[in-house]
Order: sequence, then C-alpha cells, then structure tokens
Amino acid sequence: MERSRLLSELPTGAVGDTALLSAVRSGDQGAMASLYDRYSGIIYAVALRVLRDTGAAEDILQEVFMQLWRNPALFDASRGNLAAWLAVIARNRSIDALRKRHPESDLEDCILSVEPDLAGDAERSRAMERVRGVMGEMPSPQRSALEMAYFEGMSHTEIAQKTGEPLGTVKTRIRAGLLALRKAFA
Amino acid sequence: MSTHEQFADDLALYALGVLEGEGRSAMEGHLRECPACSTELQRLRGDMSLMALSALGPKPPQRSRQRLLDAMAREPRQAQALRTRHWWSFVPWLAAATLAIIAVGFWLQNRNLRESIARLENQAAQQQAQLQRAREVVETLTASDALRITVVAANAPPQPQGKAIYVRDRSSLIFLASNMPKLPPEKAYELWLIPTSGAPIPAGVFKPDARGSAQVIEPPLPAGVEAKTFAITIEPEQGSSTPTMPVVMVGAGG
Repeated sequence: MERSRLLSELPTGAVGDTALLSAVRSGDQGAMASLYDRYSGIIYAVALRVLRDTGAAEDILQEVFMQLWRNPALFDASRGNLAAWLAVIARNRSIDALRKRHPESDLEDCILSVEPDLAGDAERSRAMERVRGVMGEMPSPQRSALEMAYFEGMSHTEIAQKTGEPLGTVKTRIRAGLLALRKAFA
Repeated sequence: MSTHEQFADDLALYALGVLEGEGRSAMEGHLRECPACSTELQRLRGDMSLMALSALGPKPPQRSRQRLLDAMAREPRQAQALRTRHWWSFVPWLAAATLAIIAVGFWLQNRNLRESIARLENQAAQQQAQLQRAREVVETLTASDALRITVVAANAPPQPQGKAIYVRDRSSLIFLASNMPKLPPEKAYELWLIPTSGAPIPAGVFKPDARGSAQVIEPPLPAGVEAKTFAITIEPEQGSSTPTMPVVMVGAGG
C-alpha cells in the first residue's frame, strides 16, 4: 500500500501503466485517478463522438473506469496496451448504448495488438497527430465508410444503403482504412 | 497476406463489431479453427483503437473525475476481492478447513482412546482385586499348615468325607477331603465325575496329608458335562482311565 501511494504521488507520465495497474490491484485510488487523468480524454472523446450526448458520454467514462477499478485483472499485458484496450472497450460500450442493445462483447474477450505506447503525454499527442494526418489523407469515401462503421456502428449493408455504393466496395474500404492506420505506425 | 483472402474484408467488419447475420456466424466458426485469422483480428482491433485518437472533443468535466473518486470510495477493496476471486483462491481456505476437520477427528479419536484406556485400566484393577481375592481363597484352602476341622455330631467318630463344588458351564471343580484313611504305598485316591449318562470321567488323583486332608483344584475336565455325582476309588499313583472297584466314597449329587 505504501508503494502504491508513492506511485500515485509521482507526476503523471512518470509511472508506467503496468505499475499503476499493480497499485490499482492493491486498492490505490490515487493510482486509479492517475490512469483516469491519463486516458479519460480519449475515452470521453470517443464516447461523445459516438453518442453526441455529454451525459451519456460521462456514463460511459464512469462505466469503463469502474469496470477497471472493480476488476483490474480484466486487463493484463497479454491484452495489448492499456490505452488501446480502454479505447476499444469505450467505443464498443458506446455503440451498444447508441444501439440500445446489451453489451455484445465480454471485456475479457478483447485482446488486441497495437504498436504505439500511449502512456506518455508526448507519445499520445504524437500518435493523435499521426492518426488525424492519416485520416485526413484518406479519400473521403473511405474515411466516411470507416467513420460510419467505427463511430456509428453501422454495418456494411447500412453503409452501402446510405452511400449507394456496392457492398464489396464498402467492405474493402473499411479494411483498407484500418490497414492504412496500421501502416502509419509500422 | 497474413489472413485468408476470403475472410479478410469480413474480418475487419467483425473487429468493428458490425458484421451481422450468417457472415458473423461463419467468421466465429472460422476463428475457432484458424490461429492466423485470430492473430489478424487482434491486429485489426489494435488498428481500430487508433481510430479513437482521431476523435476531437472537449475534456471530460471535472465532476466526472469526482464522480469516479466517490464511486471508488463507496466500494471497499474487500468487496472487490470477493468479486475478482477465482476458484483457486479458495484452495488455502479449503486446505485449512480440511486440516481443521482432520485435527478435530484426531482429537475425538484421541479422547475415545483415552476413555478406552481408562475403562480398561479400571477393569484390570477390578480383575486384579478379584484375582487377589481368589488367590487368597485358594491359598487358604490349599495351605499345608491350614487347620482343617470337620465338625460332626458330638461323640461321633470322625468319618472320611469330601466336598465337591462343581460348575458345569465353566467345567470348574474344587474338591476338599478330610479324615481320609492312609493309603498303601504306590496307591492314590482318584476322584470321578459320574455323568448323567456315559462312563465315569477321571477328575483328579490325590493323596491325603498326615492329617487325612486333601484337595483337587480345577482338574482338567471335558466342557459342559452334566454331573450326576462324584465318586472316589483307590488307584495306582498315576491314576486310571476307568475306576477300579470298589468305590470307597460316593456322593449323593445335587
């Protein structure tokens, strides 16, 4: 407990996610607050973009962090990095709320693989700039298809109906968009 | 290409959670059997997480932070430990409970053994006392220096007599004789158990002492023989298997 308290007293960014999570497992609320300070911006932005409602986005923010507080063992290093995991969980929960459906995916099932480490403020800022750069460079139909799938949870059929484009084209654009993001961090 | 071509586009949709219907079922079946596509799914989810960084918006309000801190304070860590407990976390408790049960079992067994020992010691003490009493009785009966007086009617000459005490169920016999006449050399008296049916059974050979007293204590006898009476004959010193006539003394039985 003493070690955990010391960890949470260090400046934000000075302690890695793994150490903070270890402190959270010991019941250190300060460590949890540090993780909140680090990642709440990403989670809230995703939830707000999906739900377009500040109250609903705050609920998602609360839900995601409380899940981690209640059961920090849900996340371990084998599931990828914490920021990416939280972002995927927040996005999926937001889509579930938008579509008024029960959560379809179990938190424990979500394993992902991603290159950039987003624990530091500087790394996070650089990654955001790069992602926005890649998205900005995408052809508009591709970016639009990817955003409709990601932020609105639309199926390729719904996107094809909305845009009037062939199903296969929509599928290919979505996948190509994700691979473009991957390539930017390769 | 690190994934199967026919599943490639659908896999991206699946990662985003927007693949529906038969395509979703087919993909889940394929993922169970295809490690390469499972790995690619993890990478696509990683790519998908980067999309979150493209979302621009205001920071969450300060009240959200306080709301989280308040919610955490309301949920004590002990309760969390219960929620996150896995089955193997109960193993130490199960082991402790098992040891406690075993310890109680040993304690009960130990207590029962102590009670049994105390009971046996008590029985042994009682038997020891009974044995001592029996020994004293036998020693009195058989002591060479014992004064043996047969009380008869006044002015009547002393008569040879014997007293046989027989317990059939234990095949136990004590015979006491007094005023027995002296015997010729190389002769002895022999006591006979006369059963209700069958031949007489040898019940011990004895020679009276200088005062004419004699005892036969617990001679070997067959088990459970119903005795009609007892009789005495004079036999060679080593005894006989059948009585030699005449019978010098005989009891009335009962």
